[in-house]
Amino acid sequence: MIEPPLLDIRDLHLSMTSFDGEAHVLAGVNLSVRRNEVWGVVGETGCGKSLTGLSISRLVPSPPARYLGGRILFDGRDLLALDEAGMRSLRGHRIGMIFQDPTTNLNPAFRIGEQLVDVALAAHRRNPDILGIAARAGWRARRRAARDLAVRTLAEVGITDAAERIDAYPHEFSGGMRQRVLIAMALIGRPDLLIADEPTTALDVAVQSQILALLAGMVKDHAMGVILITHNLGVVAKACSHAAVMYAGTIVESGPVVDVLRKPSHPYTRALMASIPASGIRRGELKGLPGQVPNLIRPPHGCRFAPRCAQAAEACQAQPPRPVDLGGGHMAACLKLAPAAEAA
Amino acid sequence: MLVLERVSKEFHGRRSLFSARRTVSALRDVSLAVDHGETFGVVGESGSGKTTLTRLILRLDIPTSGRILFEGDDMARLSAAAMRRLRARIQIVFQDPYASLNPRMTVHDIVTEPMLIHRATLGLDQRSRTARAAELLAMVGLAEQHLHRYPHEFSGGQRQRIGIARALATGPALLLLDEPTSALDVSVQAQVLNLLHGLQQRLGLTYVFISHDLSVVRYICDRIAVINGGEIVETGPAQDVFRNPANAYTRMLIAAMPDLPAL
Repeated sequence: MIEPPLLDIRDLHLSMTSFDGEAHVLAGVNLSVRRNEVWGVVGETGCGKSLTGLSISRLVPSPPARYLGGRILFDGRDLLALDEAGMRSLRGHRIGMIFQDPTTNLNPAFRIGEQLVDVALAAHRRNPDILGIAARAGWRARRRAARDLAVRTLAEVGITDAAERIDAYPHEFSGGMRQRVLIAMALIGRPDLLIADEPTTALDVAVQSQILALLAGMVKDHAMGVILITHNLGVVAKACSHAAVMYAGTIVESGPVVDVLRKPSHPYTRALMASIPASGIRRGELKGLPGQVPNLIRPPHGCRFAPRCAQAAEACQAQPPRPVDLGGGHMAACLKLAPAAEAA
Repeated sequence: MLVLERVSKEFHGRRSLFSARRTVSALRDVSLAVDHGETFGVVGESGSGKTTLTRLILRLDIPTSGRILFEGDDMARLSAAAMRRLRARIQIVFQDPYASLNPRMTVHDIVTEPMLIHRATLGLDQRSRTARAAELLAMVGLAEQHLHRYPHEFSGGQRQRIGIARALATGPALLLLDEPTSALDVSVQAQVLNLLHGLQQRLGLTYVFISHDLSVVRYICDRIAVINGGEIVETGPAQDVFRNPANAYTRMLIAAMPDLPAL
């Protein structure tokens, strides 16, 4: 029997109120993640990839945000129906998060160790296994155990001399080391699902490839499901098992990474790939994407990509395209791919 | 056209009560020669000395030792007046199109400002400056109607186009491109790279392209220099360096590149 997905986002709609009106920023996002899968959610600025990640951990402030519909099922529970206390019991413990900028996500006034111990103690309250001692054990014993765990986790993410460096302040660490600390912090509560929002964007390529390798190792060891949000298709190719391409608040194409990158089927995925200066492309041959991302306050009526699509037909403007199954879990939401009978 | 001969730059830390003065060597014995009409790439990670190199070429900083020659003249030996004339010939496009345009100036003022500063060299009156600004906007793919708008009304790609128009305002021979596309989305990056390539062919410009993004450098550069810890570790035609990297550091960088698999 196939295990049910760890995370199942179904037809998620999110709107944001702004001065100019209501922007429909997520328009029917569908995504399911199983354990041991690394999903690369890729797209350009403003496509809704970060909002999708933040919606899962319910960190989108509302107002101005409003969920218009859809469900986010985590282990069968609808996160959108959960109250803040219920969410707090999941964050950091069942759902881990890593954000882009390691500098602003660590408190500069506290030692690395204290910040890790706080997270470990909070997770321990929900799950005594994490520290291996009873939830009612004495304060000193719990702190000592949490500190030991912090040292072990830091060592696990590749920080040498973790026992000494645990008392350092964030400014004493380089960018790559800080990102490792954030990864350690996300992992210390042993989450089932890890959401990593551009975890390597601020880093040099050499450090980036180390961090990606580290993440891959963690997925294996802990059987996690991962959502890796990035704008870089190269990172998706390198680190992910699955890919979801987003455009203007919708997932236009998704599936196993091999299928999506080898057989890109949605015109936007193809355009995105054609704009990457890959090896073998000669100067002047790179193709940019003409036009601009649509205004989400008054989005195009049908397919949101239609105004910039070279293959758009009249029918594309009639209604949003439904995802078409291309086999093996590979989906693309384009009218041109629909079987003729359905298109008619 | 641009020659650096054994250029070094050291920065001195402040002497504190307890420690001796610390000297940081940002560039060590850097020699390179950029030819007319080529795109010369300088690749390195953060802290490698890329920014120090741009500051020296712009003469915002003075090398500790070594010479920088532009069109045969040693920059250190030029008179103030000659240096002013030379500054119109070397212009820069900055990395962050959100930070490098003054939000309180219109596009017209942004693009005409360099012509105003260099009016002694260029000899343009106000009307011809405005006319040239409109011309420059057309050249970078914007329109005359954009002249009286403010930076916040433009997208990142359009702002970078404004930055390029400003850099071209004085009719430079050499453009320093300091990570000009790293703040942009890939589809926009492709447009800006193609624009730069087109402008180079039309205007016969020479580019020094500074970047940490190897795939961009491979695409746009004729020759590259790989810089690490303030030293050039490898230099050569871009294709050769990517195909047969000779240096261990270069090999490591290329191996770490998040490239798309060959399709």
